[in-house]
Amino acid sequence: MNWHSVRAIFGHEMDRFFRTVWQSLASPVLSTVLYFVVFGAAIGGRIQSVEGVAYGAFIVPGLMMLTVLQQSVSNASFGIYFPKFSGTIYEYLVAPTGWIEVTLGFVGAAATKAVMIALVILLTSFWFNGVHIAHPFWMFAFLFLTAIGFSLLGFIIGLWAKSFEQLQIVPMMVITPLVFLGGAFYSASMLPPFWEAVAKLNPVLYLISGFRWAFFDLADVPVGLSLVAVALMIVVCLVAIRWIFLTGWRLRE
Amino acid sequence: MSAIIEIDHLSKRYGSGTPALNDVSLSIEEGEILALLGPNGAGKTTMISIICGLVTPSGGTVRVGGHDIRTHWREARKLIGLVPQEILLEPFEKVIDCVRFTRGLYGEGPDDAYVEELLRSLSLWDKRDARTRELSGGMKRRVLIAKALSHRPKVLFLDEPTAGVDVTLRREMWQVVRELSKQGVTIILTTHYLEEAEDMADRIGVINKGEILLVKPKAELMGEFGKKRLTIDLYEPLSILPPSLAARGLVLAENGMQLGYDYDANADRTGIARLLADLTEQGIAVRDVATTQSSLEEIFMSLVADEPREVRA
Repeated sequence: MNWHSVRAIFGHEMDRFFRTVWQSLASPVLSTVLYFVVFGAAIGGRIQSVEGVAYGAFIVPGLMMLTVLQQSVSNASFGIYFPKFSGTIYEYLVAPTGWIEVTLGFVGAAATKAVMIALVILLTSFWFNGVHIAHPFWMFAFLFLTAIGFSLLGFIIGLWAKSFEQLQIVPMMVITPLVFLGGAFYSASMLPPFWEAVAKLNPVLYLISGFRWAFFDLADVPVGLSLVAVALMIVVCLVAIRWIFLTGWRLRE
Repeated sequence: MSAIIEIDHLSKRYGSGTPALNDVSLSIEEGEILALLGPNGAGKTTMISIICGLVTPSGGTVRVGGHDIRTHWREARKLIGLVPQEILLEPFEKVIDCVRFTRGLYGEGPDDAYVEELLRSLSLWDKRDARTRELSGGMKRRVLIAKALSHRPKVLFLDEPTAGVDVTLRREMWQVVRELSKQGVTIILTTHYLEEAEDMADRIGVINKGEILLVKPKAELMGEFGKKRLTIDLYEPLSILPPSLAARGLVLAENGMQLGYDYDANADRTGIARLLADLTEQGIAVRDVATTQSSLEEIFMSLVADEPREVRA
């Protein structure tokens, strides 16, 4: 294992984050605060509670998840796509650096950025909504695992993409709808039985449900299933990334 | 000297079926400067790309420092530095960060003293905090060289490193290459400035249509293929060349003041003595005599004569 290489890639990616801190940190935090204001304060005032939790607090885990998923995917996909676009990807391919080191560097940095943003949002939510956390350990566990899982997915998207349009299309057309339909703003139990069954086909619902359970002890699906879902996602993504690097698909073409 | 790179029956066939390399075998000695010449699409960049790990070969083996590039790729790649043909740099990075990053990628810990020494040797120290997009083309080339040398490789590949670099910078860069060679770094370069290959290389390889046509020490190549031209300046202009002299291969210049004669410098008899005697017999007074060796470019063109007349790599 080439740890200097992991550190170099991780540091390089984090440098970009801090170089564009307003875009990287302030922008997603501001967007989420606006959600708090609109859904929590304006609309939330008209919704008494969801399963005993004030609506303003109920949406906090979902909004954190929304941000983590979007940021993980966009950071990791852009991180690996940019060297492909600029041509500097050759450096990673000629260095004595394997797919594990490259993945650890890029995905580690993307997940770290997403978690940092999520934690800032969490701090903000304490001020807005007075949120409490029932299972802090599991909250952090779900946060990290989800950030890693979706950073891996973003990394695959970045490896696959041949243009900036392709880079944007999957997060816009797939990830965001899945999050919105995954119970970010409501509980699946609020849906009619048929649509509740359909909603449970959405893998993101399991992540949001597990995360919300860590906050409020409330879950749409068993917590164990949520853990299995995120673990399965990580394993499948790792297998795919390994295959991409070993075959050189979209890398050495 | 021992071989640092051993290429054995290397071949590469792309998806279209076109062979880019065809059964190439080559041994490169430690510390030498080898220049690879060939027309566009000859296979030079493919060969370099395979050795460096960018392209997977279809067959054959390559060993760098005794390490197979496929089974012991980490050890092999640690010995290699690559300066690519195109200027490929992240535009928003600072020069010094670029070099530190590449060093890290190659598994080397931070060494600011070496990075400073490297940047100074390439006249980049004053630009260390500049973003790469702010640099001139020549400066960007130097940054690529600094990156390639950041982990102290034993073998340096320079794929047309001086393309687009002005004459002064080019000379300075070749000075750096000479210094590296003195330090024992093996250098393999492709260039379309043939006079540079002629000036720099210890050995010259000519590659065409995916095959190595020859690899020879430069002096041997020049001697073996080199033709010489004898130029004779006359006191009085000649209106017509006497037929007996024309039959010997002499050519009269348009102004009538100069005669030219091509001959093989390695032949047992060059015919020069007989020619000069004939001139005297014909009453033609000779003012001066000079000989010139044919250039590497002419040799190269004669070797790939059936190719389009283009010498870019």
